[in-house]
Amino acid sequence: MSTLADVVALTCLVAGALLCLTAGVGLLRFPDVLARMHAGTKPQVLGVLLVMVGAAIRLESTSTTWMLSLVAAFQLMTAPVSAHLVSRVAYRRRHVRRDLLLVDELRDGSHEDRFYRGDEPADAPPEEPDVAAAEWREGR
Amino acid sequence: MTVAYWLIFALIGTGAVCTLARLALGPSLLDRVVATDTLLVIISAGLAVHAGLTRDPTDVRVLVVVSLLAFVGSVSVARYVGGMLLRSSGDGQDAGLPEATEVREARR
Repeated sequence: MSTLADVVALTCLVAGALLCLTAGVGLLRFPDVLARMHAGTKPQVLGVLLVMVGAAIRLESTSTTWMLSLVAAFQLMTAPVSAHLVSRVAYRRRHVRRDLLLVDELRDGSHEDRFYRGDEPADAPPEEPDVAAAEWREGR
Repeated sequence: MTVAYWLIFALIGTGAVCTLARLALGPSLLDRVVATDTLLVIISAGLAVHAGLTRDPTDVRVLVVVSLLAFVGSVSVARYVGGMLLRSSGDGQDAGLPEATEVREARR
């Protein structure tokens, strides 16, 4: 095979590997579940597609190329579904740093945490703990 | 080619180690779900890179299985965590989690 194809394939593989690295770093450094998922889904689509293209160029076989494109199609179908489910549950279980949100369209009062209800995640404390504590002492 | 092999696997390995650190640190179950999902994707990328660099198509069958298993795992855990939300007010908005045991005991 020509050197040009090898260079293209290696570029794709290195780019996919770089996306894997950025996903790991972002997962380690970002503050809450939604931001971490934003970092973690980078290699799920673009990284896997790049790696599949690079491997298909290197492997030079029709059946293997079809199987790699099947993997890419599975990723494209399943990544949005699982990300949607995880983010919906994360919002409902209030694993959200609301002080970092710019827009919160689901904010209608039913998901707010003013009180300590005993089941808050450790990374998303209530917004008005003092007021909530006073109301708690007066008796709910 | 050896240089490319080591470079790519250094990148992928560093990413996998960072993901494992998030998997160990938590703090919540959903963080671990996201980390596991990303770790499986990184593993499948590593398998594909290995298959491509060695021109050995044996790994490719494993890739199909891994990409489907990642989906099943994360969806089932997300459904399980969502099942912990007990009450629902009809319009799809849940009314919050059940009361914690400490709170119920303190009220008594």
